[in-house]
Amino acid sequence: MIAFVKKVVRNRLAGLGLVVLFVIIVLAILTPLLPLAPPNAIDTPNRFVLPFSDNALLGTDHLGRDLLSRLLWGTQLSLAVGLAAAFIAGFFGALLGIVAGYLGGRADSLIMRSVDILMAFPYILLALAIVAALGPGLMNALIAVAVVNIPFFARNVRGVTVTLAQADFIQSARLSGRSDISILVFELLPNVASVIIIAFSTTVGWMILETAGLSFLGLGSQPPQADLGSMLGEGRAALITNPHTSIIPGIMIFLIVMGINLLGDGIRDALDPRLAKGQLEKPSPLTRIDDCLIQSPPIVSTASKAVMDVNHLSTNFEVGEVVKKAVRNVSFSINAGECLGLVGESGSGKSVTALSLMRLVASPPGVVVSGSVRISDQELLSLPYEDMRAIRGRTVAYIFQDPLTSLHPLHRIGHQLTEAMSTHNRGADSAFVERAKNLLSEVRIPNPERVMDAYPHELSGGMRQRIGIAMALANDPDLIIADEPTTALDVTVQAQILAILKDLRQQRGLSILFISHDLNVMAQICDRVAVMYAGEIVEMGRAPDILEHPKHPYTAALLACSPQIGHGRQSLQPIAGMPPTGHEPLNACAFANRCSRVQPVCHQQPVEVVDMDSQLVRCLFPVVES
Amino acid sequence: MIPVLIGITAIVFLIMSLIPGDPATAILGSYATPENVANLNAKLGLDKPAIQRYLIWLGNLAQGDFGRSFSLNRPVLDEILERFNATLILSGTAYLLCSFLGVLAGIVSASRQYEISDKLITFVVLIGISIPSFFLGMMLIVFFTVQLRWLPASGMFAIYGGGDFADLISHLIMPALALSFVATGVIARLSRSTMLEVLRLEYIRTARAKGVKEFRVVTRHALRSAVVTILPVLGLQAGFVLSGSVYIEIVFQWPGIGRMLVDAILTRDILLVQGGVVFVAFCYVFFNLAVDVLQLWLDPRIARK
Repeated sequence: MIAFVKKVVRNRLAGLGLVVLFVIIVLAILTPLLPLAPPNAIDTPNRFVLPFSDNALLGTDHLGRDLLSRLLWGTQLSLAVGLAAAFIAGFFGALLGIVAGYLGGRADSLIMRSVDILMAFPYILLALAIVAALGPGLMNALIAVAVVNIPFFARNVRGVTVTLAQADFIQSARLSGRSDISILVFELLPNVASVIIIAFSTTVGWMILETAGLSFLGLGSQPPQADLGSMLGEGRAALITNPHTSIIPGIMIFLIVMGINLLGDGIRDALDPRLAKGQLEKPSPLTRIDDCLIQSPPIVSTASKAVMDVNHLSTNFEVGEVVKKAVRNVSFSINAGECLGLVGESGSGKSVTALSLMRLVASPPGVVVSGSVRISDQELLSLPYEDMRAIRGRTVAYIFQDPLTSLHPLHRIGHQLTEAMSTHNRGADSAFVERAKNLLSEVRIPNPERVMDAYPHELSGGMRQRIGIAMALANDPDLIIADEPTTALDVTVQAQILAILKDLRQQRGLSILFISHDLNVMAQICDRVAVMYAGEIVEMGRAPDILEHPKHPYTAALLACSPQIGHGRQSLQPIAGMPPTGHEPLNACAFANRCSRVQPVCHQQPVEVVDMDSQLVRCLFPVVES
Repeated sequence: MIPVLIGITAIVFLIMSLIPGDPATAILGSYATPENVANLNAKLGLDKPAIQRYLIWLGNLAQGDFGRSFSLNRPVLDEILERFNATLILSGTAYLLCSFLGVLAGIVSASRQYEISDKLITFVVLIGISIPSFFLGMMLIVFFTVQLRWLPASGMFAIYGGGDFADLISHLIMPALALSFVATGVIARLSRSTMLEVLRLEYIRTARAKGVKEFRVVTRHALRSAVVTILPVLGLQAGFVLSGSVYIEIVFQWPGIGRMLVDAILTRDILLVQGGVVFVAFCYVFFNLAVDVLQLWLDPRIARK
């Protein structure tokens, strides 16, 4: 609780709101004790005295009444009426909501129907109708405002109650034969209290405004008694000649409502876990590059025939002070027409590596802290946005894991395909449409015409992934980065997608960076394989070598826990322990804690890569087959 | 739809039956003989049971007969239609203004998060959602009418001369601004947070991976999805704009339905209040129906469910 209050107050604006509200509330409470002129004492000779005069700090109104005194008494009244309305609305709304949610059935639908109908009114109409029936007056205005806000509470509370009523502890209380009343009061109410409080804090400002509004219209507090709204209403008659009689109560209402809003925002932010994780920040179009890397770019030999060269790439996630090293010192190259597989457990950093190449890691929190990514002697990590954009989708294209979430749900397939082309090429739309249809046939989609007009949700998972592939092919890229393209699909569809990718490689001479956690899939498509663990590449070499003769204990362990068809009954060996989280610095072999071949020295120093028969291994005691 | 409309009339009828005292006595005065009162009650149909009176009233409404206003001595519907025109001009303008400005401010704010334009917008929005619209309207009058003498402070047209479009616009600027300010703030906040959520989604990353220009990513990809979330709230804001117009019509002496309602309450012209409330509530229901249809068209995923 104290931690929560601290969190709210640390937000400077919320703190300001709290201070403003506190001062106003204290003044309102102390009003009867302060040495003020009587609020209703008429002194017509001294009417419209300006503020900061000797006898009246805030001046006087059209009847010569002291404005400071009236302001404080009015504030007290407005706060009291607004709060009372909020309490009444909260009480009856919560009651209706709990009863409807708990009883369900007819009672629920009857109550909620009525609530829906009440909400079908613009709120003030309902309030006006009630005041019209009951007659103008502060009490009636209070009732009107409270009634108008009941539906809001009822709806919110009912929502939570319905969920809670199904919960085990309520069900068991029911079965134990306790009365409904006792369950409602002792079991349900404490659990819906937080919802009621949040609803209260978001509406109390409104209710103060609304009662002030009714008084402003002359339908609330009646003279000589005045709340802030009726002071403003009376001031309006003299608006042109003596605006101070309006400005003073107006500013007070403004301050109260602003204070409540600021505090409410602070409470809401403090309750929102997404804010702390940086999940409500806009990712920039390019992953941020660490300043050190910009100032001293790495020197890399330029003689390379590879399509892409990656050297010592490291990417961190930085949220406040917390740094998570997702990718550490990763180097590899992809040759023309080659398929390189990147394999590892989830969380091993393979997807972050893939996204770092085109600087697509969401930033914040992602930061590329070291390394170099080169395409034909062009350093990508120092490229300005426009140049980077020209490479994305044209030279290097992506296929993502889940085609349902990675395709735009509200754009037609045809549009998504042609957009990929029109982004990088000038040309007639009809030409793009024609090419899009050809691409769809190329990825073996029957009836491309119809699919062009479809939305993603109208297609099956396999179809969607074919569209993902077609989209990646749109500009005839040199390299396709396929980030777990088959993971979300079932096995038969997986095989179809792999067959398509294989054919495309042969026909087009494509290079592919193929990311997967599935070693069997790797075996089918990759020429070379790199194994990642805890953000590092621990082993890299020709696919058959790695998959048949793993040298790193981790690769061996990984193979031992994946089933292989045609090898008869095997016992699968899970790898004990958990991979490192990436928060701690790595001064040892990352796998040491889980390794079966571990020696004391493994814990004492970082391990360098060694070349064993053209197989790169990051291990001091590699597996040697006899 | 129909149940909601009937429900609205039922609630209005119920509220109006809360009126204390006997209408016939109120009309005839406290010295009326019991016979006269009974006669008038029979004539007005007040001797019938409530449910029957309600059905009669409902039947009359269906035929467009809203009764007769005693304070204005004319049919309620005629008065309402005339006034509604003025309200529609004011509220409609304010509504378009707040929808456009609110969404625009939200987009700018989200795509320049934490930059100076975002902070400025957030600040103005905070003032917007905290200031009572009637107070803002009064301050506009003090500034633009009293100090600068730029704009007229009251009415819809100048009393002498005027009456053309330019005259209407000059009368419309201040009330429309004051009325739209709060709603603009609410919409801007929602648009900003919705845009920020959408911008983190995977298909936005796909668009960027395709090489789509950032401006297009924001305006076509992110906004397209954000609109689907914002639209229902825009529908609800119509209710807030209509509600706010009551205050603004009073402040700026705008001859609309809100002012008519307040005057009717103060003169206790119940039929006029009743008719006005039912009429505006119906319009609001129809408007939200239109918003629902628009939503269906904008989000093809809903139609499937």
